[in-house]
This record gives sequence, C-alpha cells and structure tokens, in this order.
Amino acid sequence: MNDRFPIDLKINGQSYSVDVSACDTLLDFLRDQLGLTGTKECCVVGECGVCTVIVNGRTVNSCLMLAAEADGCDVLTVEGLATEGRLSPLQQSFLDHGAAQCGFCISGQLMSAHNLLTRKPHPTVEDVQEALAGNLCRCAGYEQMAEAVLDVAKGAKE
Amino acid sequence: MNAPVTTPTGKSRPIGASAVRSGGVDRVTGGQQYVCDVRVTDPLQVKLVTIHSARARILSIDTSAAAKVPGVRLVLTAADLPQPVPRFGPHVEDRPVLAVGQVNYHGEPVAAVAAETRRAAEEAAGLVRVEYEELPPVFTVDAALAPEAPLVLDPSLRPAGDPRAQTNIFSEHHFGWGDPESVEEEADLVVENSYEYPIVTHFAIETHACIAAPDNDGVVVWSTVQHSFQLQKMLAKVLKLPLSKVRIIAPDAGGGFGGKQWANIQPLVALMALRLGRPVRLVLTLEESFQAVRRTSAKVRIRTGLRKDGTLVFEDIESNFLIGAYVDISDRVVSKGSYLAGGPYRVPAVRIVARAVLSNTPPATAMRGFGVPETAWAREMNLDEGALALGIDRLDIRLRNLVRYGEQFVPNDTPADGRWEQVVKRAAELIGWGSPVPPGRGRGLALGLKSGPTTGLSYSTVRLLADGSAVVFSGTSDMGQGARTVFSQIAAEELGVPVEQVAVVMGDTAVVPYDQQTSASRSTVIMGTAVLNACRDIQAQVRTAAARVYGLEESEVSVDGGVVCLPDRELPLVEVAKAGLGKMGGEYVGNGIGRRDPVAGHPLSGTAVFFEFNCTAIEVEVDRRTGELILHRHVSVGDTGKSLNPMQVKAQDDGAAIMGLGHAMMEHYIFDDAGRVRNLGAIDYRIPTSKDLPLELISESVENGDGPGPYGAKGVSEGSILCVAPALGAAVRDAIGIAIRDLPLSPERVWRAMNASRS
Repeated sequence: MNDRFPIDLKINGQSYSVDVSACDTLLDFLRDQLGLTGTKECCVVGECGVCTVIVNGRTVNSCLMLAAEADGCDVLTVEGLATEGRLSPLQQSFLDHGAAQCGFCISGQLMSAHNLLTRKPHPTVEDVQEALAGNLCRCAGYEQMAEAVLDVAKGAKE
Repeated sequence: MNAPVTTPTGKSRPIGASAVRSGGVDRVTGGQQYVCDVRVTDPLQVKLVTIHSARARILSIDTSAAAKVPGVRLVLTAADLPQPVPRFGPHVEDRPVLAVGQVNYHGEPVAAVAAETRRAAEEAAGLVRVEYEELPPVFTVDAALAPEAPLVLDPSLRPAGDPRAQTNIFSEHHFGWGDPESVEEEADLVVENSYEYPIVTHFAIETHACIAAPDNDGVVVWSTVQHSFQLQKMLAKVLKLPLSKVRIIAPDAGGGFGGKQWANIQPLVALMALRLGRPVRLVLTLEESFQAVRRTSAKVRIRTGLRKDGTLVFEDIESNFLIGAYVDISDRVVSKGSYLAGGPYRVPAVRIVARAVLSNTPPATAMRGFGVPETAWAREMNLDEGALALGIDRLDIRLRNLVRYGEQFVPNDTPADGRWEQVVKRAAELIGWGSPVPPGRGRGLALGLKSGPTTGLSYSTVRLLADGSAVVFSGTSDMGQGARTVFSQIAAEELGVPVEQVAVVMGDTAVVPYDQQTSASRSTVIMGTAVLNACRDIQAQVRTAAARVYGLEESEVSVDGGVVCLPDRELPLVEVAKAGLGKMGGEYVGNGIGRRDPVAGHPLSGTAVFFEFNCTAIEVEVDRRTGELILHRHVSVGDTGKSLNPMQVKAQDDGAAIMGLGHAMMEHYIFDDAGRVRNLGAIDYRIPTSKDLPLELISESVENGDGPGPYGAKGVSEGSILCVAPALGAAVRDAIGIAIRDLPLSPERVWRAMNASRS
C-alpha cells in the first residue's frame, strides 16, 4: 500500500522526476503532492469531469488514472493554459462571456474545450456540446461556455 | 449583449452594463482557492463513519481496530463528546454532532476518524465496528402520517408542550383568507387533484468541506457556507465561546443553491480540532453531500374553484412536505413555500394547510425556490386542467386572474410590485402562443411567484483609498451568483471609481461586518443597499471636504454619483477626495446598513421585501416510441426591476431554468425498501449536461425600475426555476393529451402514461 514508484513526466512543459504512491491517482498527485489545486475533485468516478486534464493530447479524468500510469506522459492542467501571465484566448473568452460562475467546474471545462480546439479549430455548436458533455456544471452555464468556445474558434486561423 | 449605459457626456456607467465577473480571472486560471484548496499547516484528515441503515439502534461501537491503524489520532463517537451531546439547528436544536444511541437517516454519522493521511482515515473508518439493530423507518408522507408510524423525532427535542409531539408532523401552518366552503357554490367548476414533487438534491459541484483549527483561545473554521455569521453564532453556542473567538472564513463556494446555508458537519470538525489541538479537515464525498442536504419533497392536494369565464373563486390547498430526520430550515421552506401557493392571482378565498412531515431521510434544507416549485407544480397544472375543462385559453385564464401593479392580493402583505402582465405577454410572444403548434409537439406556460426575504440586516464598510481606488467589505457569500461583481459596480457608480479598481472583500467574519445571510435572492437588494449607503456616507464626507478645500458652504456642494458639483464646475469625486486628504493621505471610511425589520404577528415574520415573478413557456416534442422529451424552445421571462448586470442576470436565469429542467425531467432520490438512498452520486443521479439543453433557451427580463433595491433592482436567481415543471407538464399534456401529476417526467414515466392510456 505504501509502495512508491519513481516516475518521470512533464507537466505544463516542466519536467518532473518524482516518487509517487502506488495508490495515488493522477488527481491526488497533482493536488496533494504538487499543490496544483486548479484541478478539482468531485465525484471520483469519472462522471463529473471536474478533474479533467490533458494527457498526451487526450482528455482524461485524472481521478481514474493512477499517477504511476503517467510515467513518461506529457500532462497539461489548467495552470498550464496561461502563458507568461497572459490568459489564453479561451480563458479570456470564458471570462468575457461570463461562462465562469461559481467556477468549480471551469478548470475541467477549459481542458475539454482546449483539447477540442486543438483537434478541431472550427467546431460546430454540436461539437462543443459533445466535447463538454462529460463536464457537469450545476450553475448550468453551458450556453455561455459554448459561445465562449465558438468565439475563440471564430478568431482561429484556417 | 447589452450596450453599455452612458451618461449624457458619453461616460460609461457601471450600473446596467455587464461588468466582467469580479474574481473571474482566478476562476479561469485554477487560482480560485475553495475550501478544499486551502492549505493549513499539519492538518489531520477526517473521515465519517456511517452504517447502511435508515433507522437503527446502536448497540455498540468498537473503535479498537480503527485506533490501531498507523497515523490515526482520534476515533470519536458520541460517548466521547461533551454530555449531553451538543445539538444544533436553525429552527430547533435537534441535530446531534454525532448520532446518539440511534441513527435516524441513511448516512447519519455515528463516529469520525482523524488521521495523518486521508487514506489512513478511510482505512480506519472502515474498521470501526458498529453493532446495531434495524428499526422500521418511515420515508414517505403516507408512512410517516400512518397512525402506528414510529416517531422520527424524540419528543423531548420538541418545543415544550408541542401538541404534535407524538406524531411525525413537526408543524402545521394555516394560511389564507375568505372561506372556500362558503363561496364554493359560486364556482361552476371545481378541479381537484394531487401532485407530487420528488426529493432532489443540490449537487453543487464543490462538495461540502470544512477545516477547523485552534486559534489562540478560540477557533478558526473554513467552511463552504453561505451564512457565515449564522454558522459563527451556532458554533459559538456549541463550543461555549464568545462570538469574538469564533472566526469563520468562507471562501467563495463552488455552488450553493441553498444547500450550504446552515450547519451540518462544522460542529463536529470544530470540536475535533479543539480536542486534538491541531487543524482538522473534512471534505465530503459527493455521496456524503447527497446525504447531508436535499430539497423538501411534497405531496400537494389542490381544489381549484372557477367560474365559467375562468375567474378564480377559491383555492383549497393541502401541502404535505416530506422533511428529513432533523428539521434544519425545512419548516421555513414549508411555510414560505406554501404561503403564496395561491399564486400571483386575485383569488377571493384561499385556504392553505401546510405540514412539515418528519421522516427517516436525509435532512431537507433550503434549495433554490424554497418550497415554491413544489406548490407551483400543483397550482399551475391544476389551473390548466380547469382552463381545458372550461374551453378557455390557458394564457387567457392567467391574464384574467393575474393581479396588476399595486394590487394587494395577500391581505396585510406587500402589494404586487411589478407589471407582471408585461412579463406574461412577453413570454407568450416568445413562445409563439396562439400560432399553430407543429405536429407531435405541445406548448405549456406557467407562472411562478416567490416572496423574497421578509426580514434582513446587512452591514457594509467601503474604504475609498488615497489613490482613488476602493475596497468594499461585505459578509455576503459569492457562490457563483456574482454578488462581488454587483457590489463593485455599485461602488464604482457611486464613487466614480473604475469598476476594475474596486476590490471586494468577503467571507471572513473577523474582517467584514455582520450580514444576516445569503439567501432568498436578497443580496443585491439588502446588502446592495448597505453598500450603496456606505458609498453615500463617503460622498457626504467628500462633500464636507470639498467645502473646506474650495472655501464654500456645504450647501453649495452636491454629489451625484462619482461627480462633485460645485457652483461653477463639476469635478470627479475621486479628485476632490484626494484634495481633501491632503499631504497626510489617509482614506475615507463609509459605513452603511440595509435593513428590513420583522412585522409582529405576520405569519412569515415579515412582508415580502420584493417578489420574484416569472413566466416560463415551453414547446416540447414527445417521442411516442420512447417517451423522450425534446425541448424545442424554453422561454423564461422575469421581473428584475433593474438588471444591474444583465450578463449575470441572464446566466442566473439560464442556470435556474436548466436546474428546473433537471428536476422536472430526470432528478429524484430512489429509496430501497429499507429507506436507504439507492442512487447516491453522479452515476445514478443525473443532472443536465451540455447535451440536455433545450434547442433554444431564451431568458429575458422586464425592467421597470420598480424594485426596492439600488437603482430599482429586485432580487433574481430563483425566478426561473419556480414554474419550469408545470410549464413542461402542460406542454407534455398538450402534446400527448395526458396529464402526468408526478415528477420527474422521465422517458419511462411519459412512456408508461402513454401506454396506460392506450390499454
């Protein structure tokens, strides 16, 4: 139970060589060991999406992935979206559209949306709704979030 | 999006423009520190111990194996607490810190473990051996009201001499006017039906969390709480400490919706911290949050008397609300949710009997709409039934009976404070009422009315700093509704400070002045008034300073918003304020109060400060093979008086509408035969996702500046949830010709209704 594994991984562009507990999830590791608390915890069964991060270009519920499994991976969390203190266009758009209300789900929403735009810079509204379908928002700012994502897509290069 | 409001000189005004959310940057960078993100030095982690029973007598608790788990520092049971075990509650002090001798609902904690790590706490909690004897539970209104039903609440915990102590009726409220019986013969039609509203839960994405730490000779508690000052008062009593030694820090919550108003886990966590002399931390799982708070369910029987022309003659309403094993604030939900059950109509005779029925279910507490959706579901569905029977258009029957501005429709209470017919007509227009309904679809329309707060007391301090920026101090909680932004806009408007240069400090009882609570959509109106008054206090000080600096009589100086008017010119308030401070610098400190006193003898302790009025209209298509509902259009129109931040108002309205659709279409607790909740958590309890939205969702506001708050504002945030269910139920009936009187309108329920009528 207390076995620890050495892993090497990249988080938000920074390399880490660390020991992780065998039973820690990637979420536990990010929040408790690294103090990257922007990634949130809620249902812990992969249903709510608040813990969404991007691992090797795919969105992952970090509550369902062991930290040890992230060995050799490239992980992007919400803390990695802004660069040099400047909000990413997606973050700025969420702000401008009032898409972040209580904010608790927003990290996960941003990661799902970010990954969508990386894969598909010009999504339809249905694409956005599909991409965010695994991210619950009880404030239900779904329309504001979709508008925010589509607005960013409008400004994206073909 | 609304264009910015400008002054005649072209200067942009903060009020009525959609300022970007105060605190928004932290919310999109992951920087927002919620309670679960707060770091304290050397904390112990707490895990609750529960048993898999809705009602059981505890025979023994063996903590020896748990205590041996490495890292465990405390395994606490009721026997280890001060005796008698402290009890608490906003209405009656009935809820023990830990179960005493008996578990009264599924999930009631019987013990708690504190350990160095979360994993050790979890392991130890699993090793606490609880021997118990199952007792028969009651978890429906009918079972709780049965003559032989076991008593949920120990009679000794009731108020002295309570005549209902030997029943499961905690309280029975009687409201109304006129006499339905004596006017019944005037009615050409009487429609009588029963309607049920299920148990649903808040499902704030941030689960309930609490950290407590000894703080000199007191305690500091971080809590996901809406009413930090109520928590302070309650903890001070449980811990026998003066208010000054109990500090509540309430970081912005990740959603509240009423579920985080009152105490549940905080007394336990605080007691553990003081006993251990170390910080302790408890973050509930989502499943545990489901067992901590939920909405009242209700069974409403209603008789509606109508004349041939659709005029209401009487409403006779009996609402039995199922509350939990402890009362929490649910008795108030029952009374307030029933008091206006007659709706926004001119009804000559109304009789309302409302009961709070105790049961062995998780404690029911406040939730968005506060009992109104439960009664509106019944009233509006029944009114439709009457209209259909009389051959009257369902919009017309509402407009015929709807009260007009200034009309007192509940004796001795606030008259109608809005031009509600404008709201109804706009909603009807947006849904295309009267135009042909496409085949396979139906339309429905319903009205909702909720009394805002009936008392209130909020203090605010505003500081205008030497460089012309400002800080607002407020005890309101911002759990997503955007109170921070609105207060910053008010200060910006009144002081002429750019809105982005206003900081809003909230959520720390050691720092901000008293606020009664964050509930009933009150904060814009009551705290907003306090902020406004604090700014006006500063304006008065600046006026005095201006007279001194410019060698004028004070009567020659006036202040309008952020502008100081001198006899010969107008100057920005900030510039005058700086001149007034002189070389020493310093600052201006303004204080303000927003207050609404109780009214003696009023059944709700006071009249409505304002009403939240809403009309929801829905066009739905019913899939005849599956019973699935496809919402083509959802229209929600409210009466905001004045929308101080239109973008935030729309977000609140959209959010309340979608939450209402969750309640109406998919959400409900499912109990097994032994009263245990079977669908705890996100897999088996579904809430709306981005794929469950209406194809078109329209939220609009009517603004006539007729509210009591700053700039004519009324409260918002709950209006759009009030009558979603009856609008949807009416639309479904319009489509399939069958009235369904229980919720949710799940595909299964709709399918069964269609198939039952076929056979």
